[in-house]
Amino acid sequence: MSRMWRVGLLSGLALTAAPAHAFIAYVSNEKSNTVSVIDTESWTVTKTIKVGQRPRGIDFTRDGKFVMVAVGDDDTIQMIDAKSQTVVDSLPSGPDPELFAQDAAGKILYVANENDNTVTVIDLEKRARLGDIQVGVEPEGMTISPDGKTLINTSETTNMAHFIDTSSRQIVANVLVDARPRFAEFKHDASELWISSEIGGTVSIIDPGKHEVIGKVNFEIPGLRKEAIQPVGIGMTRDDKTAFIALGPANRIAVVDTATRKVMKYLLVGQRVWHMAFTPDEKYLLTTNGVSNDVSVIDVAAQKVIKTIQVGELPWGITIAP
Amino acid sequence: MIRWLVGLIGLGVTATSALAADPVMIGVGYLGIAGTRSTLSLVEQPADNDGVAGARLAIEDNNTTGKFLGQRFALEERRIKEGEDAVQAATDLAARNGFIIADLPADALLKVSDALRERGTLLFNAGAIDERLREADCRANVIHTAPTRSMLADALGQYLVWKQWKRWLLVVGSHDEDKLFADALRRTATRFGAKIVQERNFEDKGGARRTDSGVTLIQRQMPVFTQQAPAYDVLVAADESEVFGAYLPYRTWDPRPVAGSAGLVPRSWDASQDQWGAIQMQNRFVKLNSRRMTALDMQAWTAVRMIGEATSRTNSGDVKKVTDFIKGPDFSVAAFKGTKLTLRDWNLQLRQPILLVDGRMVVSVSPQEGFLHQVSELDTLGYDRPESKCKLK
Repeated sequence: MSRMWRVGLLSGLALTAAPAHAFIAYVSNEKSNTVSVIDTESWTVTKTIKVGQRPRGIDFTRDGKFVMVAVGDDDTIQMIDAKSQTVVDSLPSGPDPELFAQDAAGKILYVANENDNTVTVIDLEKRARLGDIQVGVEPEGMTISPDGKTLINTSETTNMAHFIDTSSRQIVANVLVDARPRFAEFKHDASELWISSEIGGTVSIIDPGKHEVIGKVNFEIPGLRKEAIQPVGIGMTRDDKTAFIALGPANRIAVVDTATRKVMKYLLVGQRVWHMAFTPDEKYLLTTNGVSNDVSVIDVAAQKVIKTIQVGELPWGITIAP
Repeated sequence: MIRWLVGLIGLGVTATSALAADPVMIGVGYLGIAGTRSTLSLVEQPADNDGVAGARLAIEDNNTTGKFLGQRFALEERRIKEGEDAVQAATDLAARNGFIIADLPADALLKVSDALRERGTLLFNAGAIDERLREADCRANVIHTAPTRSMLADALGQYLVWKQWKRWLLVVGSHDEDKLFADALRRTATRFGAKIVQERNFEDKGGARRTDSGVTLIQRQMPVFTQQAPAYDVLVAADESEVFGAYLPYRTWDPRPVAGSAGLVPRSWDASQDQWGAIQMQNRFVKLNSRRMTALDMQAWTAVRMIGEATSRTNSGDVKKVTDFIKGPDFSVAAFKGTKLTLRDWNLQLRQPILLVDGRMVVSVSPQEGFLHQVSELDTLGYDRPESKCKLK
C-alpha cells in the first residue's frame, strides 16, 4: 500500500519499470548536511534533501510515511515527509543524537545521546520526550529484541552492551565486549545478539537469555594490517544464515556464515564502509562508504558488488522504504 | 591453620558483600610538580591543572563504567613544591593508591620508580618524553603514555618527507632538552632520507617572555637570524625551552614554513582533534574543566583509562592482576586516535599515532601512508625493538 504513492510519484520512470523491484533508499551524508535519495530501479540519486547539521542515524517510521534522521550538531531528530521529500518536523531527542531504535509498533523511539551518557525515550505519536535512561560512556548502537521486551544499547568507551527492559526502562544486564562497540543486531529468531567492536576488531555473539558472550567473529585479510579492520555495521539475512559485516577502513564487507561464525568471503566496496540496508525483497544490500563518498550495491544471492553510486560527502547511514 | 581458615572465611564474606553493596575501591594517585612553566605564546600557557584535569575526566569515565561492575575509582592529587622530596611524596601516595600517574622530570621519576619497586605500585609516566626512560633507564614498574622525542620527531619527519620538504634548516636552542630534541630530529632525517642543510644555534641569553613592545624587536631579530642560509625547504626548530621557536613563523628571511617546536608541531593530542569520535570526549572535557584539552591531559586520561580498561576486563581491582593484564598480550585501549593503542612489550611504551598540529587544526596524523612495518606501522615511530637498549627490571 505504502509503495503505491511512491510509484505514482516517480512518474514516467516508474510506469515503465516493474514496480515490485523499485525501492527508495535514503542516505545521510554526515559532512554535506544532506540526505541523498536513491531510486533502486535506475540506481541514481533522484533528490538531495537539505537537513540539519551532521546527519547520521537514519530510519523510516514503521508506516513508511516519514524518514527520521538524527542531526547531532542540531541536537534533534528531523522528520522527512517521504511524500514531499522535505523536512517537516523535528523530535525532542536530547543532546547529540546519533543512532536510534523504534519499537515494533512504531510508537516509541529510543535515542542514543553520545554527549551525556543517556538513552532518551520519545513518544513518536505525541512527539514528546518520555524520559531518559542512564547508560555507559558514549552510547551508540541501538536495537530492540524481536519480542520487543529488551532494548540493547552499546556504549563506546564503557565497552558494554546494556540490556534494558523496555517496560520498566531499567538496565537488567551489562555484557562486556571488545573495544568501542558500535552496532548491535539480533538474529530474527532472537537466538543471538551480534555486537561489532570497531577498535577491538571483532564481532561478539551474545546469548541474549544468559547475557554471555558465546562466540566471536574474527577477521583476517591477507596484505592488510590488523588495525585497519574495524567492524561497524551488521546486516543479517531474514533466514539468519548469512551476516554481512562492514569493516570500515578495510574497505570490505565480510560475508559470514552464521552457523560456523567464519568469514566466507570479503567483498571490496568503497572506502571506510560503515552502515548498510537490504532492499525489502533482500535482493540487494546497499552500503555507505564514507571516505569515497559513495554507496555500493551488493547482489545478495551472487555475493557480488554490482554498482557504485556517488552521493554526498561522508555518507553515514542508510534506510530503505519498507 | 584454624586461624588461616577463619581469615579465609572472613575474606570470603567481605568479598561477597563488596559485590552486593560496597563497590571495589580503586585508588589512583597523581604526582606532579607545583607551578607551570612559561611559554612564549600566552594562549599556550598551561593551566594549573594541566594533566590532572585529564585524569579527572578518565576517573569519571571509569566510574560510569564502574557502576555496572561494582568498581569505584578515586583520584588523589599531590604536587611537589620546590625542595620537596618526590620519593617521600610518592611513598605517601602509594600507601593509599595502587596506581600513580606521574608528571615528573626523568631523574625524579627514576628515583620514585626504584623506591616503589618492592611495594608493587604501578607507575604511569604521563609527562616525560625522554628517550632514556624507555632505553637504558627503563623500569618494569613504569608504563609510558607520553610519547618519546624520537616518536615525535619521526612523526614530523615522515610528513615532511611525504611533502617532499627534504632540505631542513635546523635551529637548536641552548638548553639540554633542546639538544635532545635536535638529536632526535637528526636521527629522523637520517632514517627517512631528509637532509639537514645547516644547523644554527639560538643562544638563550635570558630576558622576559612578556614585554610591552616585543613584537617590534622580534620582527627585526628573526629575519637577521635566519638570513644567508643555504637553500632549504623547511625550518625545523628544536626549542622545548620556549625561548625562540614561536618567534620564527612568518619572520624567516626566506619565505619558508616552520616546523618542530613551532609552526607544525607533533603532539600526542590537540584541542582541535575531532576525528574518530573524539568530539564527545573533547565536549566532556570542556564541560568538566572549563578549558580545552592538552596533550598532557590526554596522556593522563589515557593512563587512567588503561587502568579502567584492565579492571573491567579482569573484573578486579587487584594491582598485581591489573598490572599483569596491562603488560600482557591481550591488552589494548581505545583513545580516539583511529586505532587501538597497545604497549611495546620490550619497554612498556604505549604505541600511538601522533598528530601534527598548527595550533588551530590537525594538519595530518602520522604514521604516514607508505611507511611500512612488519609488526605495526605505529612502530615506524621512535626506537624499534631491534634498536632498543632496554632490559626491563
